[in-house]
Amino acid sequence: MITLTHYLTLSAILFSVAVAGIFINRKNLIVLLMCIELLLLAVNFNFIAFSRYLGDTSGQVFVFFILTVAAAEAAIGLAILVVLFRTKASIDVQELDEMKG
Amino acid sequence: MLALIYFYTLAFVLVVAAVGVVTARNPVHAALFLILSFVTSAILWLLLEAEFLAMVLVLVYVGAVMVLFLFVVMMLDVNVEGGRGRFTRYAPFGGLIAAIMFMELGFVVWWRNLGLPVMETPVPHDADYSNTKELGAVLYTEHVYAFELAAFILLLAIVAAIVLTMRRRPGLKTQVVSEQVKIRREDRVRIVKMEAEKD
Repeated sequence: MITLTHYLTLSAILFSVAVAGIFINRKNLIVLLMCIELLLLAVNFNFIAFSRYLGDTSGQVFVFFILTVAAAEAAIGLAILVVLFRTKASIDVQELDEMKG
Repeated sequence: MLALIYFYTLAFVLVVAAVGVVTARNPVHAALFLILSFVTSAILWLLLEAEFLAMVLVLVYVGAVMVLFLFVVMMLDVNVEGGRGRFTRYAPFGGLIAAIMFMELGFVVWWRNLGLPVMETPVPHDADYSNTKELGAVLYTEHVYAFELAAFILLLAIVAAIVLTMRRRPGLKTQVVSEQVKIRREDRVRIVKMEAEKD
């Protein structure tokens, strides 16, 4: 049978791949946003798996709110991206160094 | 047994799609891989009997957010083939961090419960069980304040996205209604009195 460990391992793999993606992709800001979506998906997996195996709906409610916030984040992030592209004509992460951070 | 085969197949597709998102050269391909991973996750959530959230994931994520992503990717016309390499000098370091993180997570998930009884697989719900009903029953009672806060966050996102992307281009000829309404007769009409010309 599928145990909780299966789901947690899958979620861990997904999370690690997304973290690696954030480090690797320095070319394109959009791919960075997609990696953040993948991270949130991995976290949601944990919530739903625990909600199922503990028999508690609170985990699913939590996922519901995470999805809401992630949708808002994607909308605002893409809006910032569009403004950035309009002013700099590039979304290369390595060229965004005005703030000297 | 059948469920296990389903699980492994879907998990394999999901991991491959995630790797595709990370390594795809073309951002459009990355977005399409992300759509694949969302759909696969929705099916896996169905295995976990979270039917409502699986549907929400397909409708909201694939239907709205990913379409927005694709729209922006195609609108921006990013040049795919850059002069520099795709991966930076941080790439090995990032892979190392991810490997360490996976080992830590694996330590928590696998190592610690060696010898301990694994949490039992719950019995499947009856055929007439409604996940949506159960979720709605707690969402509108116990978590109603959080629910309204989520609604407010969505409103905030709408306002923020519009404010960020709206711009006034200089030299654009548009109608300014307030200017039109507050104009008075004296500003436009000048009555000139002059002698009638006698020939």
